[in-house]
Amino acid sequence: MSQEVLEKPSAHPSARVYLSIAAILTAITVVEVAIFYIPAIRGTMVLAPVLLLLSAGKFALVVMFYMHLKPDSKLFTAIFTAPLVLAAAVILALMTLLGAWVY
Amino acid sequence: MEATAATPDSLESSSRLWSWITTTDHKRIGILYGATAFVFLLIGGLEAMLIRWQLMKPDNDFVSAETFNELFTMHGTTMIFLALMPLSAAFFNFIIPLQIGARDVAFPRLNAFSYWVFLLGGLFLNASFLFGAAPDAGWFGYANLTSIQYSPGVNIDFWAMGLQILGIASLAAAFNFIATIINMRAPGMKLMRMPVFTWMAFITQFIIVTAFPVITVALVFLMFDRMFGANFYNPNAGGDLLLWQHLFWLFGHPEVYILILPTMGMVSEILPTFSRKPLFGYPVIVYSGILIGTIGWGVWSHHMFASGMGAAADTYFGAASMLIAIPTGVKIFNWIATMWGGKIRFTTPMLFSIAFIMLFTIGGISGVMHASPPTDLQQTDTYFVVAHLHYVLFGGAFMGIFGAIYYWWPKVFGRLLNERLGKLHFWLAFIGLNVTFFPMHLIGMLGMPRRVYTYSAELGVGGMNLAATIGALTLGFSTLVLVYNIWHTAAKGEKAGKNPWGAATLEWAMSSPPPVYNFSVIPEVTSRLPLWTVGGMNEIPDVPPEPIHVPGGSYWPVLAALGLVGFFTGALMHSLWVALAAAAVLVVSVFKWAFEPFEM
Amino acid sequence: MSTAAIGHYTSTGQDTRKIAFWTFIGSECMLFGTLIATYLSYEGKSVVGPTPQEILNIPLTSVSTFVLLMSSLAMVLALAAVMRGDTRYSKVWLATTAVLGAVFLVFQAFEFTQFVDEGLKISTNLFGSTFFVLTGCHGLHVLVGVIWLATLLIMSARGKLGPEKAMNVEIAGLYWHFVDVVWIVIFTVVYLIQRGPAA
Repeated sequence: MSQEVLEKPSAHPSARVYLSIAAILTAITVVEVAIFYIPAIRGTMVLAPVLLLLSAGKFALVVMFYMHLKPDSKLFTAIFTAPLVLAAAVILALMTLLGAWVY
Repeated sequence: MEATAATPDSLESSSRLWSWITTTDHKRIGILYGATAFVFLLIGGLEAMLIRWQLMKPDNDFVSAETFNELFTMHGTTMIFLALMPLSAAFFNFIIPLQIGARDVAFPRLNAFSYWVFLLGGLFLNASFLFGAAPDAGWFGYANLTSIQYSPGVNIDFWAMGLQILGIASLAAAFNFIATIINMRAPGMKLMRMPVFTWMAFITQFIIVTAFPVITVALVFLMFDRMFGANFYNPNAGGDLLLWQHLFWLFGHPEVYILILPTMGMVSEILPTFSRKPLFGYPVIVYSGILIGTIGWGVWSHHMFASGMGAAADTYFGAASMLIAIPTGVKIFNWIATMWGGKIRFTTPMLFSIAFIMLFTIGGISGVMHASPPTDLQQTDTYFVVAHLHYVLFGGAFMGIFGAIYYWWPKVFGRLLNERLGKLHFWLAFIGLNVTFFPMHLIGMLGMPRRVYTYSAELGVGGMNLAATIGALTLGFSTLVLVYNIWHTAAKGEKAGKNPWGAATLEWAMSSPPPVYNFSVIPEVTSRLPLWTVGGMNEIPDVPPEPIHVPGGSYWPVLAALGLVGFFTGALMHSLWVALAAAAVLVVSVFKWAFEPFEM
Repeated sequence: MSTAAIGHYTSTGQDTRKIAFWTFIGSECMLFGTLIATYLSYEGKSVVGPTPQEILNIPLTSVSTFVLLMSSLAMVLALAAVMRGDTRYSKVWLATTAVLGAVFLVFQAFEFTQFVDEGLKISTNLFGSTFFVLTGCHGLHVLVGVIWLATLLIMSARGKLGPEKAMNVEIAGLYWHFVDVVWIVIFTVVYLIQRGPAA
């Protein structure tokens, strides 16, 4: 049995898991849009970090479950995460160097 | 090419030319890459000769200022994208599958596509000369010199689209080689048993995969500015000209490592072979390569100290740039330690490799000099920088590649290049390049700016410029010696056996040139140096014990490449119909390609 | 599971195409990263309007975001159906994914047209340039994805998409989900977090 699991490194989640993930993604999106419309949060320093955190959660759910990075070989995680981190670093560096933190 | 007759394409009864156009054999594609890049090297070299002829004496009027702009722009662009990178690619193609014990690359047709896109992209770029509109804004095309306001002609369009096309070729090849190296190594060929050349090529592909998208986007912005009136590099609309500089050097600095890492791999193969000693500190060399590739991503703004980024940015980028000297220095000491106590044979490839260490060190040291912002401000845009970059890229990258040409030539064509002519080539090149580029340090220190078509006698650099020109002509002549050597040995060259140099790695385990299928049986290695170790690998018989299926050719990659380049030609002509027709060819070719039966 | 491994020795036991494709996705991260970096670096620096605050339509885009999320769900269900050899549901879910992708494109076309009507073109200001190139590049990726899915649908309809071809669908899925996560980022940083003077 364990041998069989080894030979199927991309044992995919069940439809139930897929549906739950979709439900969570929808819920987060609803929360995000709701936050956008709450005057107490909009225009404050809290808005951006909260929204970024929520969208990072959605991002992680999709890549881990829909793109199977969680069950798959860590090789794929490595060749995806390295450029992803680099891209994030480039975004932050360019924003800093081009003076984008004024607001 | 004479020697190719020895690799008959047993699967094709069609004509020879057609079999080259449709080939998917990594060895043939490697030869195509090498031959094409060598022609572009000669063109880029000719441009360099014209530049030096103009600068031979003060107030010279051999070429106009406009022509001079075109010459230095095309010289830089050609040498980097059409000569150095594809010459490395030639070796990636031919050598990597042999070094890891594979029958081909992971995606042979994608490999053919990369080559054809490269060839057509190079022709596209050089076609600009035919229209009297060669790119003229420097190889880094700073905004807003490239804007439609200051460059209304198609010169910049040729440049921007040419680079886009070449980027696609490099990216496609990079995905291919990464998949090949990760997944197609022979049994026993663990990552830490891979030859250093393959390792450095592997790291290079990751740099390509991350760096080329950045330049692609920067060029898309430029084209949208020029074609659709977008504002990316338009200061009147609030655009920041430094955006271009940042994006360009975000790509441009990693590009330097794309150019030099493969060569570091090449000399790491040559030095042990001719010292009869395993490479000193193999893992450290590998890790240094990874470190160079990684840190190389965080130093781009050292090209921009003169733009006034502020103390914090200057400090960070200065310090990070100096840090790169550490892994690089580690490698240099490893190479020296490899030779130490070895039984050294001073063959042509060995001479080039030793020269590589020395000249690259000189270029590296001047690099550390202008990693310091205050020093750099004195050197920016002077000939000092020209001297630095040519010590790194000619003294480094090209000398290494010349060494690699002599080293792997017998494997590729089955005949050794002539040693006497090789040594003549080496000494002429070595003396020529030092006479050319060493005075440029002083010329720059004395204040002569680069990219200016002439200078006045009062500057007092006329004598040194004349020396540089004489050196450049020597250098140019040395390359002709190589051309003669190739022609001379095609018929009369000494036949190479399997392993003429007594080297240690897998590519020397089969006949030269290698048969279509590379290995008659899949090798199994138990050592990092399989040919130097007793029981390092299984026996590779000369005749395959059972028939080997080799994939046939395909013409869809060529057609797809034509469609792609046709699309850009349509954009250049501002012709929607040409662009759409070409895009249709591309789409149809991709579909036919995807559904054509092609068994690996 | 995958037939690609049979008869071919691989060093990692993983499908070679999948390795290459993940590398491609890594490369795409840098592509979109650069586009997003430019958008954010120029945000709020336009010297003339319209500004994002004046023009971005959050309710409309929320709906199209939801459509794209649901297409990702349909995509994983399509892959599951292909893997278990369920031809009927393979077709159903592939078609659903493609249609949802096309609906997203219709939303985007409508949005772009509206913006142009309200005076925002690519040449109007920095916002116009960065917005249209970033979201346009994403839209182009969706378009390629829709064509790819349509091709798989035709293969399925012809009975040429059995479980042995599951890797084809898995790779198309990787592409599709990646396009989806890029949109997750764009929706947040472009539409919801609007930095700038008028906020």
